[in-house]
Amino acid sequence: MTIQEFLISPIETARRAGPHDRIVLSSRVRLARNLRGFAFPGWAKKAERVKTLDTIRPAVEGLPQLAGAFSETMDNMGPLDKMILVERHLISREHQAKGAGSGLVLNKEESLCVMINEEDHLRMQALRPGLQLKQAWMAIDQVDTDLETKLDYAFSPELGYLTACPTNLGTGIRVSAMLHLPGLVLAEQINQIIASVNKLGLAVRGLYGEGTEALGNVFQVSNQMTLGEMETDIVDRLNKVLQQIIEHEENARAKLLEQKPKMVFNHIGRAYGILANTHIISSKETMNLLSLMRLGVDLEMFTGADRALIDELFILTQPAHLQKQFTEKLAAEERDVLRADMLRERLRQVGRPAPKPPGAGAGPLDKRN
Amino acid sequence: MLCMICKQNAAQVHLTQIVDDKIKKVDLCEECAKHKGINDTPGFAIADLLLGLGASQEMAQAGGGEDIKCPACGFTAADFKKAGRLGCSQCYVTFAESLENLLKTMHKGTKHLGKAPRGLRQGRDLTDRLKQLQRKLDRAVADEDFEQAAGLRDEIRSTRDQMEHLAPGLKP
Repeated sequence: MTIQEFLISPIETARRAGPHDRIVLSSRVRLARNLRGFAFPGWAKKAERVKTLDTIRPAVEGLPQLAGAFSETMDNMGPLDKMILVERHLISREHQAKGAGSGLVLNKEESLCVMINEEDHLRMQALRPGLQLKQAWMAIDQVDTDLETKLDYAFSPELGYLTACPTNLGTGIRVSAMLHLPGLVLAEQINQIIASVNKLGLAVRGLYGEGTEALGNVFQVSNQMTLGEMETDIVDRLNKVLQQIIEHEENARAKLLEQKPKMVFNHIGRAYGILANTHIISSKETMNLLSLMRLGVDLEMFTGADRALIDELFILTQPAHLQKQFTEKLAAEERDVLRADMLRERLRQVGRPAPKPPGAGAGPLDKRN
Repeated sequence: MLCMICKQNAAQVHLTQIVDDKIKKVDLCEECAKHKGINDTPGFAIADLLLGLGASQEMAQAGGGEDIKCPACGFTAADFKKAGRLGCSQCYVTFAESLENLLKTMHKGTKHLGKAPRGLRQGRDLTDRLKQLQRKLDRAVADEDFEQAAGLRDEIRSTRDQMEHLAPGLKP
């Protein structure tokens, strides 16, 4: 089975629900591990990388949690396959660039994903929709505990799990959540939030992680320090900070609606206007406008559109997902036309946005999931 | 995004520099980047980029120059300056001195807290147990309680056996 056949369809992915998924798109916990006695992937020669891959891959495939998983070496996957995996946030850009000697094992639910010979021999991650950091940590902790009976990890009692980059040393843990924060961006409070989150020793990054832009008002918040703190403390700390960011985002939305409703409706109305009528549109503009439509859905301004539709379009309009629907190789300009065609078609059923009439039941802002 | 030089291949190397307070962005394909020497500029230390300014210098100074070589994998301090990553787990011993300050600025502490492999935890427990048994044995011998001493000696032997059966590398 190819990876494209294996992956959950975009609409099903978009329909997955979790706590606070109005704002928190997904939660992730990843652990970095290496084998004793082998050079790290970035320094190992190809033969050695193949050897570590051949050691690790069967061990991972044999885990009960990964029964029926998709397992493949990176040299057996085409560039489009890899790009799709990046767009689904299942592999990193660094892993996308890998070939022989690297591999991927992904379970059916797409809740566990193991990259072999990325920056470290093992990068295992647990993913959950919405805010579920604790659940993700427990899932990946179990995978790690099961794996350590089969693999000989590089570990020092003083420094913990030894990793290729000293920034991951110790626990090797990266706890992160992807947040949709259009309210804080429109209220021009986002830089303040980022600054204070940074002060707490946490990193804020763009849509595709390290070194990327915050497209579509999507931000990733994660821990930076991995040594000298217990895993559970890191998870708890991030959880607390995320709860606060959620609160700030909800407050920013409420305040905007109260003080500058026309500005908010204008942004959402224009976003709909362009997306529903465009003939040429880039992936970047699409994401930024879909983000505003998502905000409109949260504010109950749309009939005939739900969050799942917007989230599905968010996936489908990205370059590789668009390309995969066509057999011939598309140039960027052709993709922009086909993307626009898809958006017009999919948004035909969606009525024009209108501010929710006041007093029509509980406001959307009182609704917390 | 296309490479700014050849305008044919997809840009994969993105360099952002600040020149005279202005941000300059350069997007190049791998080929052109290599051609321009961006992958391998001696003055451009990725270690500094990844780990904070001064990281590579710290490595070079504290470790007694760039000549130190990891006996296990052949990685040098100069390689670290270039890559910002280490060669193998043994490098943490080889470059321990130079890494110490770096870890201090980078992390909450320099001593690992949290999870450890089970084998190691068992190893730790067995070592503790062995010490305890040895103390008891010494006392029993001093008290001339030979019956108890014989029992303790058997226990010590079986504990040692258990340690022998731990995975290699996990032995304390």
